[in-house]
This record gives sequence, C-alpha cells and structure tokens, in this order.
Amino acid sequence: MTVDSAKLVRMAEQIAANLAYTDDVPLVAARVADHLNRFWDPRMRHALVEIANGEADRLSPVLKAAVARLRGIIGEPAA
Amino acid sequence: MKRCKVRDMNLYYRVGAERDLGTPAANGNPAANGGAGAAPTVNVRIDGRPIAVPEGTSVMRAAGLAGASVPRLCATEDLAAFGSCRLCLVAIEGRKGYPASCTTLVEEGMVVHTQTPRLAELRRNVMELYISDHPLDCLTCAANGDCELQDMAGAVGLRTVRYGYDGAHHLDKPKDESAPYFSFDPAKCIVCSRCVRACEEQQGTYALTINGRGFESEVIASQNEAFIDSECVSCGACVKACPTATLIEKSVIEQGQPESAVVTTCAYCGVGCSFRAEMQGDQLVRMVPNRDGHANHGHSCVKGRFAFGYATHGDRITTPLVRNSIEDEWRPVGWDEAIRTAAERLKAIQARYGRKSIGGVTSSRCTNEEVYVVQKFIRAAAGNNNVDTCARVCHSPTGYGLKTTLGESSGTQNFDSVMQADVIVVIGANPTEAHPVFASAMKRRLRQGAGLIVVDPRAIDLVQSPHVRADHHLQLKPGANVAIINALAHTVIDEGLEDEAFIRARCDMAAYRIWRAFISEARNSPEATAEATGVPAAQVRAAARLYAQAGNGAIYYGLGVTEHSQGSTMVMGIANLAMATGNLGRPGVGVNPLRGQNNVQGACDMGSFPHELAGYRHLSDESTRRLFEAEWQVALDVEPGYRIPNMFDAAIDGEFKGLYVQGEDFAQSDPDTQHVYAALSAMECVIVQDLFLNETAKFAHIFLPGCSFLEKDGTFTNAERRISPVRKVIDPLAGMDEWDITCRLSTAMGYQMHYAHPSEIMDEIARLTPTFRGVSYAKLAELGSIQWPCRDEASAGTPLMHVDQFVRGKGYFAPTPYVPTEERANARYPLLLTTGRVLSQYNVGAQTRRTDTVAYHSEDQLEIHPADAEVRGIVDGSWVGLKSRAGETVLRAAVTERVLPGVLYTTFHHPESGANVITTDNSDWATNCPEYKVTAVQAYPVSKPSQWQEMFRRFTATQQQLSEQALSEV
Repeated sequence: MTVDSAKLVRMAEQIAANLAYTDDVPLVAARVADHLNRFWDPRMRHALVEIANGEADRLSPVLKAAVARLRGIIGEPAA
Repeated sequence: MKRCKVRDMNLYYRVGAERDLGTPAANGNPAANGGAGAAPTVNVRIDGRPIAVPEGTSVMRAAGLAGASVPRLCATEDLAAFGSCRLCLVAIEGRKGYPASCTTLVEEGMVVHTQTPRLAELRRNVMELYISDHPLDCLTCAANGDCELQDMAGAVGLRTVRYGYDGAHHLDKPKDESAPYFSFDPAKCIVCSRCVRACEEQQGTYALTINGRGFESEVIASQNEAFIDSECVSCGACVKACPTATLIEKSVIEQGQPESAVVTTCAYCGVGCSFRAEMQGDQLVRMVPNRDGHANHGHSCVKGRFAFGYATHGDRITTPLVRNSIEDEWRPVGWDEAIRTAAERLKAIQARYGRKSIGGVTSSRCTNEEVYVVQKFIRAAAGNNNVDTCARVCHSPTGYGLKTTLGESSGTQNFDSVMQADVIVVIGANPTEAHPVFASAMKRRLRQGAGLIVVDPRAIDLVQSPHVRADHHLQLKPGANVAIINALAHTVIDEGLEDEAFIRARCDMAAYRIWRAFISEARNSPEATAEATGVPAAQVRAAARLYAQAGNGAIYYGLGVTEHSQGSTMVMGIANLAMATGNLGRPGVGVNPLRGQNNVQGACDMGSFPHELAGYRHLSDESTRRLFEAEWQVALDVEPGYRIPNMFDAAIDGEFKGLYVQGEDFAQSDPDTQHVYAALSAMECVIVQDLFLNETAKFAHIFLPGCSFLEKDGTFTNAERRISPVRKVIDPLAGMDEWDITCRLSTAMGYQMHYAHPSEIMDEIARLTPTFRGVSYAKLAELGSIQWPCRDEASAGTPLMHVDQFVRGKGYFAPTPYVPTEERANARYPLLLTTGRVLSQYNVGAQTRRTDTVAYHSEDQLEIHPADAEVRGIVDGSWVGLKSRAGETVLRAAVTERVLPGVLYTTFHHPESGANVITTDNSDWATNCPEYKVTAVQAYPVSKPSQWQEMFRRFTATQQQLSEQALSEV
C-alpha cells in the first residue's frame, strides 16, 4: 500500500485535537476511535493501524490509544 | 400506496395567468409581516355582492375577491398601496367624494360601488391625461398583449384625447439598453412608481428614484446613470412591476408575448425560488418569479430570473462521447454504445482492481430523484459505498454538527421566520451575493428595526447598505471562527445571560454541565481570544449581550463557517450558543445554514454520503440496512466508503480507478487543483454526466450529456427543507432523462433498475425514508411545496423543527475546543487568502459564464488592502502573483478596504483564475470539507500569467481541439 501516511496521520491527529476537550485520554481515545469507525473507510483505518504498529512514535498518545481501540472495535487484523 | 399518475395530470404542468388583487393580503404576505395570526373578518357589500374579508383588507382587494376588478395602474399585489394613479376610485355609500380603493380599508357594513357613470367619467379623464403623453405605437409595442395601460384604456372606454399630442411631452427620451436582460424606455413611463417601490420594498437595493417633480418627474437609476453602471442588481422586480413597456425583458422584445406557463423551481442557489417558465410552444420566453412561491413570494435575482440562456447555448453537448485516453479525440456514439462502453469499462476495472476500485459522485445541482438513483447505483450495482456528493466541499460540516447537537442534519426554520427575528446574526455568509432573494427578506426585516451582528473577515454589503447597518461587525481573522463563537458563548455564561429554563427543559444536563465548565474556562473568554480573533473583547461582549437578550435571536451562516479545518466544530458552537440562549424551536429564532446549491439539502437527504443511507441513517444501523436490502433485493456493504478527497488520494495511490461524476466539476471547484488533476489523470475510466465539456471532462473517457433543469421532472429541496417540484418545460436536448441514464447504466452493469417516471422514484424514497413519508408528486401538485419532515400521508410538512423537543430528544452541548488551523501566516506566506462569490456568477460559472450575465463579472479579481498593496508595489488593476504551499496563480488586483490588512479575497467563477490552484488539501477534521476559506499566501506584482495558467491554456486548447473535431462530425 502506498498511502500518503503523513496526510493520514495529520487528519487523524486533527480528529484527536478536536475531540480533546478534557485530559481524560481513554475517554477522548474512545471518541476518536468511534469517529474513525463511523466515518473512515476500512482502507484508511487499516493504514492507520499499520502506522501504529510500525512507527508508533509518529502518533500522539491519544491517537495511539484510539488506534488500539480501533483494532479492538472493528476486530480487523493489524496488517 | 397512493400513486400519482402524473402523466394524466395536465394541470401538473400548465398553469393559468397569475391573478393580481391589487394590494397585499391584510395578514400580508407572510414574508412581509412574519405570518401574524388571522385577523377578524369584516362584512362588506361590493356591487351588491356581500363578502367577508379580513380586517385591514383594502377595498380594491375586497372587490377583487368579490369578483369585481377595479381599474388601476399604480397598484399591484406585490407592493404596498400607494394611491397615486387616481384610477381606482370607488363610490362608498355615506361617504363624500371618490376615495382611492387601494388605500381605503374595508369597514364593517361598508357598501361599495366600483362602477357608476360619474366614476366612469373620472377614470376616462385620468386616462386621457396619461395617454396624451404616451406613444401610440401599441401594435408594434413589445408590451402589446401584456400592457396594463392599454388594458385600462380599454376598460374605461377611452375614445378621444382632447388635449392633442403637440404640447410638452416625454416621447423623445432615449432608451437605455445598457442592462443585458431588460430595456428601459422612459418615453413609455407613466411614473406610477411601481419600479421604484419594487426596488425598495421587494429587493431593498434602492437603485431607482423618481427624479424631479410634477410634469418633470422621471424614473432614474442611481445618480441618473445607465442601468449597467448603476447600483441596479438586475433582480427583475422592477421589470415585473412595470405596467407598460418601459421596463421589459429583452427576450419579450425579441420573441413576443408568452402563451403558456409552467411552474418550476430555480436551479441556482439554495433559496430554491419558484418560477413560472413562460413559453411560446416549446420555446422559453422568460422566467417570472411565482407570487405563490413559498420560498420567494414573487421575488427573484438576476440568475434565476434571467440567466437561463446556458440551457440552449451552443456549447451544450447533445450526443454521448467516448474515447480511450484523454489524449484521444472524442468519438460521438449512440446512447446504447455509450452505456455499454461505460458499464464494460467499470466492470473490467472492478474485475482487475477489486470491488472498491470504482465509485460515484452525486450532484447537488440535480434532482432528488436523479441523486437517489446514482447512490443506489453505486451501493447496489457497484456493490460498495464509494458515493459522495459535492456537499462534501460545502455543507458536510452542517450535517455532522447539527446532527450531533440537535439531532437532524438541516436548518431549523423556514425562510419566513426571519420576519419575526429581533436580532439577526450572519456568520460567514454573504446573503446579498449568494442568497439574494432571502437577503431581500432579511433586509426588509432589518429595515423594520431588527438588530444585526455580522461575523466576517470582510465588510460584506450587509455591514452597511441602504437603510441597513450592522450593530456589530466582528471582523475576525480568517480561521478564528471557533475562538469567536466560544468567546460569545463564554460571555453568555459569564454574564448570566443563558436561558436556564430552556436548557433544563430541553437539553441533556450532563453534557451541558461538561460544556459549561469547558466554555467558562478563561481561555475561551473574549479577552483571552482577542489576539487570535483580532476582535476587541468589549465588542464581542456587546454582541453576545445583544443576541442573548434579543427576544428572538436568529443565526444564519454559510460556507464561511463550514469551509474551515474546524467547520464541524464551528457548527456545533453555533448550535450550543442557540441552545444556551433558548433561541430554538419557535418562529424568529434558529440555526439556519444558507445552502449553496439548489439541492444540497436534497442531495444529502438522499443518502449521498459514503457512511449513511437516505435520511441520515448510518450504514451500521442494521434495521435500516435490512429495509433497503429488502426493497433493493441486494446485500449492502456495511463499511463506509470513500469521501471525494479520499477517492482522489486512493486514485493517486493506484487503488481507485473508475469514477461516475454526475454534474460536478472537481477540476475547477475542488481545492488543490494540481492534486485533483493528478488524481483524475490516474484513473482509467472517468465518466462525466454534464451539460458541457467542463474542466473535469477534459480528464474524462466517457461523456454522457445531461439535462438542464428546464428538461427535467423531479424535485429540489432548498435550504429550509422545502421540497419543490421541477417540471419539464422542454424535452431533453440529448434525448435521454438523466435518471434514465443512471438506470440504464446500472442495468448494463447487471443490477436492474427501471422506473417509468421520476414520481416512482419519489414513491420509493418515501417508502424508505421516514422524513419523506407521504411525499408524492400528487401531494406536491396539491400543496405547491412541502417542508420535510412529512411524517405521514396527512402531514403538510414542518416549517419549524425542534418545537416541542429536539429530534435527538435532548439537545446535546458538544465541547468545542479552539484548535488553530495548521494553515497559518508565516514569513514565507504572510497573508491569508479567503474566497467567496459574487451575485451575478454561480460557483464554477459553467452556466452563468454562458449567459449575458458576464456583463457584470467578466473576471475574478483579488481584493487586497491598500496597505498590503502599497508595500508590494501593487496598484489597482495590475497583475498580482499569488503563491501558496499548494501552487501559484495570477489575478488582477482590486485594491479595497473591504478586507483587513493581511487578508486577501477572491472569487472562483472562472477556471483560468486558478483560485483553487492556491487552496490546499487541509480540511475539516470531522468531514474532510476543504478549508477553502484560509490559505496562507504571498502576493507580488507580475507581468505575465503563472506557469499553471500557461499549462491550463495549452491543455484547454488541446482538449478543445479533441472535441471540436468530433463534434463537427455530428
């Protein structure tokens, strides 16, 4: 897959930033994951999961936590 | 199921002449008085006939209702009574003299005679004076057959003019033919003032005046200028009001009087005006705003009224075209071959690259029925959810934001509600340019005294125009919307201005407490946000107080809200503010998105988004999915598909190869043009269904000629959720209905789709969508229009939403943290560019550029503040280079103080302007709606077009050649 991963991460971080009205990381992460599941097509979610697995440092703590939940919620393989 | 047999209903199409009762109804045109309750009735006797009419009715109107038409010249139902022509005199028993029936109101027991020998004599004398200074060229006059002066001369039995024609007169006055669509012949003017009053009362522009007194009186535009140079906005209200040939459509001068009329709905902006398409046979003569139109009440703007010439423009493609690559010449083919080729290529792509490698885009310019079949085609025939609509790039944040907070993805009010607003807040919208007919209603209310707050980086016309002045103009920096809405809400809480009773009764209290704590934080105060917004804290606080204490506060917003990286957050911030102040659920208040395109609301309602089915129901909702699967007899994919920008990204990644585009022009309208070009070039089969070989068609492999709105049966849904009928005025030029093209394509792909008429598609929509239950063509014919939700067969629609409770139950306060956009000014790109529209052009201009409207706006210009211009050596009218991190273009400068220092503004109506070469791929976090409204740029003087523009010209010339050769063979 040749996804523009920088753009994908940027879009996901924007979602995290806009839902982060509190410091409660698990709560925000749950909302971010729910948003991604509802509105992102599976290919984009897969790509994000791949980035989280390979280059987790590129993601903020909230997004990392959200991606973990993403995997949990949608039950999709990480790669 | 009640089936509408539309083909049997001749009346569904043809309507008679409009009746004019001379003065407005007593309880008024709802747009004029806010729909006040019914008045008590008064009993009168007119010419021996008893009649009961509402208190406040004029004698003239009562006479009309009783079947007696009183002669008149200066009176029309569209305007307040004026009493100047002295022709409508009547005799009232027990009263002295002969009062004017237009300005005399009925009284209980009044006995009126509209015709007596004395009245006849008086009227003849009046007419004699009029005719003594009027040309007698009736036979060759353009108004022959539609001249009230001629009618009145006949009605009063004028036989001689005793004064002769040799005295002083106005017959030598020259015509003014400078306006593109109508002519002004002062020699034929009777100075009834109808045009002047229409310009004031209906349009609110005040471009026309009566100059001079007595015999010298004359109608002039602005300071006695030619119409084209005056403040006239060419709305056509004066032309409709004129009783003679003084102001008349050039199309009537050229073609003659129309002989029939069809009521239909305008296909330009989201106001959705109702029009009478007036015809001679199958030739359209003129479009006249429908007095019974529920959105426009007989008013219009230049586009809907006059700019329809594109429908028969020589550039219209009327034969399907195919080619293998975009370097090839277009080859004209028959419909069968075009459909077969399209289906084969799409199937081949799916076979090679997978089910999800193709998708479609529905158009907000097309009818509900056409949109519905496209999304059905993608979901059922292509077997994925890769369907999106151009609302993606305009109001998708409205859908997300209002659904989250209020529970329904739509505006809350009808347009008429504005007439009961006490304070109007306009945020990121420019109604006088983009929603002109609604702007006229808004200005009427402002002239009646409503307060006005404008939140906009630019001094739009509403900030100060004739008899309208904003109480507060919060002239914020582009990108600071959420900071300012938070500051307004913070002030409401901080100063105890919230409506506690409303919040407790109507809203989710747990969410409210979280939001209240959030919004009360010091970072959201006007003082703390002043640096980000550029607006002084005291002004923000004053505006918040004005809105919160208004009584009825109504918010109207546009793309200046949605087209930001925080578009969805801003929509939720607006909803929060309205809930906190109790400004929802009754007339005069509300949260009102001003939709850009005629059918944005409808395209969204029809299930055009990749994550949801018709009626905004998410694909993960199993019961809804089952409902559609049962009706469509197909299994649906449960996963959301690609949004438009995701399609482009996937195309560049090599995973998305085929696209069916219904009436959208990404290559001009979508941001980051070069990215769009790359994406379109990477696809193997781009199918464009449109009127013209537009910018996107330059990248297409198959072109399916579509229909203009004059060639369709269907419905549009406007910004107030009003479903209005679109009626076929002429047959499709390419010989195929647009919905039928999609159905045939679907059938050729292997999924059978057959309807005999669009009414059957609406019946299916009504079966599957709770908010459309009971909507049918028969009901539309009966009611004229219906505002959804229409929840059962008996419902006549819902003008106001959330009246007793919010659609989601309890209103939800969503916390709205301000996250500054990543697109900000820096040393390299120190200026912020924002974009907008002008009145006379429409979006990408594909239609309006092919009409005489270009006389008003022939090129896009770059507005720049004098200070910014001076330091750069840029002068008014010179060429300016404009560079962002996305690209570079060149525009002509307009140096103006309408924009703040540091801010630039342009429009995007002409493709060669390349406004979207500059805009970036940054987008709204929730919906990917592009951030058109903020781009960091540098500006500098140049002497030649940009590299992109050079490339554009070459590419355009090549593509033109490839189509011309093919089309000359047709």
